[in-house]
Amino acid sequence: MDPTLVAQGLLNGLLFGGVYSLMAVGLTLIFGVMRVVNFAHGDMMVWGMYLAWLLATRLGIDPYLGFVPCAAVLFVLGLVVQRTLVERIVDAAHEMQILLMLGVALVLENGALVAFGPDPRRIRSPLGAATVWLGPVFVDVARLVTFAVAVSLTLALYLFLTRTDLGRTMRAAADNPYGALVVGTDVRRVYAVAFGIGAACVGAAGALVAPILPFQPAGGLALAVTSFNIVIIGGMGSLPGAFLGGLLVSVAESLGAVFLSPSMKELVSFSLLVLILLFRPVGLFGKAAA
Amino acid sequence: MKLLATAAVAVLLLLPAVLNSYAITVFIFIFFYAYLAQAWNIIGGYAGQLSAGHAAFVGIGAYASAVLSVQLGLTPWIGMFVGGALSALLGTVIGYLGFRFGLRGFYFVLLTVAFAEICRIVALNTDAVGGALGYYITFTGNPAQFQFQQNWVYYYVALGLMLAATGLVAWIERRRFGVYLTAIRQDESACEALGVDTLRCKMLAMVLSSFLTGVGGTFYAFYLFSLQPNAVFGIPLSVEIIIRAIVGGAGTVLGPVLGSFILSPLAELSRTYLATGGLTGAHLILYGILLVAVVLFLPEGAYPYLARLAGGRKGRA
Repeated sequence: MDPTLVAQGLLNGLLFGGVYSLMAVGLTLIFGVMRVVNFAHGDMMVWGMYLAWLLATRLGIDPYLGFVPCAAVLFVLGLVVQRTLVERIVDAAHEMQILLMLGVALVLENGALVAFGPDPRRIRSPLGAATVWLGPVFVDVARLVTFAVAVSLTLALYLFLTRTDLGRTMRAAADNPYGALVVGTDVRRVYAVAFGIGAACVGAAGALVAPILPFQPAGGLALAVTSFNIVIIGGMGSLPGAFLGGLLVSVAESLGAVFLSPSMKELVSFSLLVLILLFRPVGLFGKAAA
Repeated sequence: MKLLATAAVAVLLLLPAVLNSYAITVFIFIFFYAYLAQAWNIIGGYAGQLSAGHAAFVGIGAYASAVLSVQLGLTPWIGMFVGGALSALLGTVIGYLGFRFGLRGFYFVLLTVAFAEICRIVALNTDAVGGALGYYITFTGNPAQFQFQQNWVYYYVALGLMLAATGLVAWIERRRFGVYLTAIRQDESACEALGVDTLRCKMLAMVLSSFLTGVGGTFYAFYLFSLQPNAVFGIPLSVEIIIRAIVGGAGTVLGPVLGSFILSPLAELSRTYLATGGLTGAHLILYGILLVAVVLFLPEGAYPYLARLAGGRKGRA
């Protein structure tokens, strides 16, 4: 195996991992706070991509700016989904929650299919054509910017959760919703904001990945499943776990594409998942007493 | 109740005499999906272990019997049991991984999805079974190879599958095993505390469910004559199976059948009328709304609700 190829695969994987991390961080936040698995996560991301596409083609806004309004729209969508639907089943059995979110996912995915058609789209950003050579390997500038923005957003979310009152309240409600209620926290509001932020993360991730990869409505479920993989590998509800898990899975997939074949790369992340479920079901960074 | 069931079966047996070919096709899909939903019902409904990867078993059963028939000339009448056995083997592996380590709820869902996706990717990358191009069976019309000239033969085969699976589930429900499964769904820890070997019960339910689903794969292969990895192993097929059981009433004998009688014609009609109008995803939007509505307003499903309505009326009369 050509070492340059391996190094290139490693680098590409790492840079793409920023998007995976942001996706997984959004999912793990929603799960950590209200123990609900957002099956519609991937389809929310697809809507982020199409919103970025609309902004780019209709208004000429570059997706590297467009990710902000995309995140804002998805924040509102998440808020609405939480307030109208998820709130009613927060205490229901896991199976019921999963089925409800599966229903939301079907509506979002096929809504996109009806609205935008099945053909793959892609957004051209002026950054997309630029590359920088680092010795024998090249860095795709678009990927680099995507990575930088995604990592900054994850970092900002981390600071929000640890340094602000609302963030701390959110973590308190995640730790012990009853206790938080007793000390006067508006848990309903915290849940709604958490779901909104989780959706905003994935909306931004969608907009940021749109200039790098072609996308189509049918991709949502696969993205959701990838997010679940990452979150379980990293540890359900763990923010650092989701972040590092995203980078790990992306690098593993990228190397899988180099060593096996590009179409087999998903197999690598599924194998990782099965191994984790077998030997450490709480994930790499999960707390043992889950 | 018994009288009603006998009458319903008699009507279904006589129906092909008056139906046109298109209507027969719709009924074939109703029966076939009712069969798959019934097979899922054993593990997903009665035992309450939500498998979202049952497409894997359909796919393995379909590919196994198709390849055996095309390459070796083995009749699918035997091949269907080989496919069922292979599916049961995978079901054993998934069940063991999931149940042995106490993976409940979401983790089990993901494990089943992961295995179905692995099967899909492997099938896409295995050139011996056609890879991404799919696997095709040449139509010969030879009944010994599970191929029939007339649509109504498929009608009776599908009806037979549905009735057999429903009969089996009705029988299980009245056995101790069925009671154990329901108890596991309701409170697994309490069940364990009372000395029920829950691991063994769940494994048995998984093996039975995956075996039946694998047998159904043969019907899929020899009714459609083409196998596409994305269609036969894909998550959407698993959703088609689950949603029928849930809407009709998971964990009841007639729920999956009712669910298929409601949803299969709906899917067929919207595919025929909406998809040709360019609204390809329309029936899936409808599924999504239905799922949300059922979870929020009718979590037991339609059958228990209707049974209560009917019972209430009888009580008053």
